[in-house]
Amino acid sequence: MSKTMKTVAIAGAMTAALTAYSSPAAAQDAKEKCYGVSLAGQNDCKAGAGTTCAGSSTVDYQGNAWTLVPEGTCADIDLPAMADGSERMGSLEPLDRDLPS
Amino acid sequence: MSPTQTVFHRALLDGSAPIPDGLSDGQGRAAGRRFDVYRNNVAVSLTEALEVGFPAIRSLIGPENFKKVAGLYLRQHPPSTPMIMQYGTEFPDFLERFAPLSHLRYLGDVARLEQAQREAYHAADRAPVEADRLERLSPDLMAQARLELAPALRVLRSPWPVHGIWRYACDGGAPKPSAVAEDVLITRPEFDPVVQLLPPGGAVFVTALLSAQSLSDAVDAALGEAQDFDLAGMLSLLLTGRAITAIFPPKEQAT
Repeated sequence: MSKTMKTVAIAGAMTAALTAYSSPAAAQDAKEKCYGVSLAGQNDCKAGAGTTCAGSSTVDYQGNAWTLVPEGTCADIDLPAMADGSERMGSLEPLDRDLPS
Repeated sequence: MSPTQTVFHRALLDGSAPIPDGLSDGQGRAAGRRFDVYRNNVAVSLTEALEVGFPAIRSLIGPENFKKVAGLYLRQHPPSTPMIMQYGTEFPDFLERFAPLSHLRYLGDVARLEQAQREAYHAADRAPVEADRLERLSPDLMAQARLELAPALRVLRSPWPVHGIWRYACDGGAPKPSAVAEDVLITRPEFDPVVQLLPPGGAVFVTALLSAQSLSDAVDAALGEAQDFDLAGMLSLLLTGRAITAIFPPKEQAT
């Protein structure tokens, strides 16, 4: 293959790959950390499945424990209301509600 | 290590060794069986760390065998760093040299694949290069450019169908592995490592990029191994794996 042909082929391959990459389908698997939505003992862990902090939350919807959820859904997850009747929401930041006593 | 530490350390990993002299509980009584409990906890926790790190190996040789093999390994290769997430670095080599399992010659590479996933999991974060930057480069500069790849990226070459065996071991519903050599790419587009089969020439291509060769040279290397090397498919794998973190056209080569 000549040098020019190769140069064109490389640029073309990059363009094709970028087109596939930036299509909407590529983004649909994205996840985010969502705090305050996991049941006791079912949180995920930064260090991976099986490590000591996964599953270490001790109360339902513990505010400082998180679970990976599809991106953009964290605040929409249906949770039971708090004891005082106010709404309980998931959050992208750690929460100080529902902490183990 | 001080002599005291050496004695303590040796006794910790050898169940038949006597309890080190001078150990006592908080009330001055001889430690006795308390040391046995501690010794047992060390072995059990290291075995558990290996079980978590090498689920495919455990599935291939069975949980009971795995416990026994782990017990031998942890005594020959106690942790060399306090970070248990890295424990098991020598496990693939150990499995390859372990005579009773020598009929399963692929075990070493399957373990390498599992260890590479752990490394990828704990590797540093690096944001992918902006697509814009790749789109704007002229074809000439693109061909001569070097790519920087993410710290989490790993490539594994194997004479065994390592990807097929690993998938079959982790998921009973996966198809039976076919008898071909397989190369594997590990990327970490989000939070978890993603394991993918590399197309022919892919491993050579990525290895060339890792050794700072230009895109053009890396393509030559890949074509040298596989005439039907699919560059667009390969770049697509790297992009969707968010594994290209920078591009250096020839004029601004990083030093």
